[in-house]
Amino acid sequence: MTVEKTQRASYDGVVMAVPVTIPYMRYSIESAQWWIGRALSALVAQAGIKSSDIDGLCVSSFTLGNDSGVGLTQHFGLCVRWLDTIPLGGASAIAAVRKAARAVQARDADIVACVAGDANHVDSFRQTLENFSRFNQDAVYPYGAGGANASFALIARNYMRTYGVTREDVGRIAVAQRANALRNPNALMKTPLSIEQYLAARPISDPIHLFDCVMPCAGAEAFLVMRDDTAASLGLPAARVLSTIERHNAFADDPMQLRGGWAKDIGELYAMAGVTPDDLDVVQTYDDYPVITMMQFEDLGFCKKGEGAAFVREHDLTIDGDFPHNTSGGQLSVGQAGAAGAYLGLVEGLRQVLGTAGPTQVKAARLALASGFGMINYDRGLASGAVILAGPAR
Amino acid sequence: MINPIDPPRRKNPLLRTRLPASPPRARSRKSHGFTRAAAEGRFMLQRCAACNTFAYPARDACPSCLSADLPFVDAPRRGTLLAETTARVPSDVYFRERAPWRIGLVKMDCGPTIVAHLHADCSEGAPVRMSFQLDKSGQAVAFARPEEETPNMDDDRQWREMTADPKFRRVLVTNGRSAIGLETVTALQAAGAKTVFVGVAEPWRPFAGEQHLRKLDGIEIVALDASDEKSVADLAADIGGKVDILINTTEYIRPGGVLDRKGTAIAREEIDHAYLGFLNLAQGFGPAMRMRGADGVNSSAAWVNVLSVYALANWPAYGAYSASQAACLSLSHCLRAELRPGGVKLTNLFTGPVDTEWFQMVPPPKVAPRAIAQAIVAALKSGLEDVYVGDVAEEIRQRLAANPKALERELDR
Repeated sequence: MTVEKTQRASYDGVVMAVPVTIPYMRYSIESAQWWIGRALSALVAQAGIKSSDIDGLCVSSFTLGNDSGVGLTQHFGLCVRWLDTIPLGGASAIAAVRKAARAVQARDADIVACVAGDANHVDSFRQTLENFSRFNQDAVYPYGAGGANASFALIARNYMRTYGVTREDVGRIAVAQRANALRNPNALMKTPLSIEQYLAARPISDPIHLFDCVMPCAGAEAFLVMRDDTAASLGLPAARVLSTIERHNAFADDPMQLRGGWAKDIGELYAMAGVTPDDLDVVQTYDDYPVITMMQFEDLGFCKKGEGAAFVREHDLTIDGDFPHNTSGGQLSVGQAGAAGAYLGLVEGLRQVLGTAGPTQVKAARLALASGFGMINYDRGLASGAVILAGPAR
Repeated sequence: MINPIDPPRRKNPLLRTRLPASPPRARSRKSHGFTRAAAEGRFMLQRCAACNTFAYPARDACPSCLSADLPFVDAPRRGTLLAETTARVPSDVYFRERAPWRIGLVKMDCGPTIVAHLHADCSEGAPVRMSFQLDKSGQAVAFARPEEETPNMDDDRQWREMTADPKFRRVLVTNGRSAIGLETVTALQAAGAKTVFVGVAEPWRPFAGEQHLRKLDGIEIVALDASDEKSVADLAADIGGKVDILINTTEYIRPGGVLDRKGTAIAREEIDHAYLGFLNLAQGFGPAMRMRGADGVNSSAAWVNVLSVYALANWPAYGAYSASQAACLSLSHCLRAELRPGGVKLTNLFTGPVDTEWFQMVPPPKVAPRAIAQAIVAALKSGLEDVYVGDVAEEIRQRLAANPKALERELDR
């Protein structure tokens, strides 16, 4: 007997509000607790609520040391009735909104603060690498992999060979994101990037070159999840959660990663939202490497598998282009603040549909998709997820 | 294709000696199944006893059926290189100094995919032969080599990091008076050692093979009595900075155990020569070897002990001798730990009775000294840690693994 997979219930009545970004710093002597504290403070201030109004907390961070979620409640003086910590790396934000959505739907909580933040001391990144996971410790780190670079280099090389993708194709993504970042005052990368500069960059782990890599930094991102009635009573502009997916360790039999878990679930993603990929006004992918973004364009249904290169050649990925993508500049140009990197796209997508993105605002953006990808535990990224949001104008 | 490595140039004493860094060392306890395999040169993977699925990396449950019965078994070594990359700016100090460093992902014919260090002659899409090697941290790592032999294969830069190849290295053989010592000198020369220092106690006393040795190039006969602390210290002061491999062939074999001997005079001799001799050598030569573990093509690389397999299980006919060997074995584990930060391997060769006068009354099979010498060189060239030479040693190893109590009873006859 096989167990039938059932259709998931809708996210009716669930909204996201109050996008918060604590501007990143390349290095900072502050702790992850400090960054998360700043984000909570900004959430409370921007929402016009008291911290005692927060009755749900969801935290993601790589650098909290031995601090647990419950330890953080005491640290920040929060008394919550729903608490979660999500160690899913680049998929943490999508997982956070999914869990928080169900919590407020079921009235386990009314206002859930979802926060991700990480410190970056001069030795933080290396320590995170050393202690990333058991498989990584046993079977990847001893091979001199420069962080995830070597692992993604293997995936990128195989993907590019399989589908005839060139560095120039991949580079278009990084170059467009830098153009977007120049309009984002919080982006750490402040100088223009040409495709010639991209191609001439020094190799890190072939075929990964310098501008394929994110810069580790410190920072925090956050948002609130609540029911639409709560948002209305607080007078908060909010975006409806139309649909979400999450998947882990998909396609385990593929010898190497050519697709992520999205490919398994996008039918349900778009069907529940009642939209098609063409309807989306802005797309925020998880860009730890541009080749992973190209993979997402395929797996999220914007083009067929193997057509990612043609897709980026045929579209303008900048804020004013025909396919506005990673409008903040993405992790490639803003920086990767640890687990906050997972939140970057979702928080920017939320701003876009709320119409509060300022210099990076896409005109008349109503529908946004944000995706996450995380945890290269051994030879592939294991976690994937996506959310479709609709702004109040839709 | 690999170009043969050039002989190292004479060391410039004004330049700083590069200190040895270690590659990442942390492993899960289960993962040391690979360490055990690598120590003996076996290629073992976990295979589920319930569903026969091969798994990698080390797991505590089968990814196919969730069984916890996942023994390490000898596995087929063949795989195909799916993709490779060259890490050019690793964050780890060890790899940063050695970059560019090539690794790849290998799909094993038996199922799992393995991240592996790559021999330079491996190419994408081509078959490879996989092994587990002990790296400069002494931990197991997967290493892929081309399936077929290629020219100058052992000169591969990354392979040489995993081995203690005698080629171009300077080796001290501590006891040239023994048959094992003499055969070892010959085998090392054939393997391309630059210099072999041959220790001889009381050098004014002639010994078999001396005339032959003195005629050879690249051989230096040096005064060395391992049981004499001063003799060891004098030699270490003289050549300690240029011993890249030390082969401890010190031997002192006398029959007898406890009750049939009167007093401790012979036992003291056994301890003086075997155990304290080892200790003297370690204190004399170990510190410089540990410092020179990354000193170029002729860096220090390995310490080798020739031990009796009865170090592992006492043979009452040679009971006190067995105990002296057990003491050496225990000390070797201490020295291995202390040499580890230098990336210097410690290899123990376990032999059954050797075909020499001191085992006159022991029936065959006995191990030929030449077989021991060849095993030493083979162990150095492939970077092994535990080597069993000859049929008796191999049998003791298996019986010890099967039932140590049965072995104890059966050695008493």
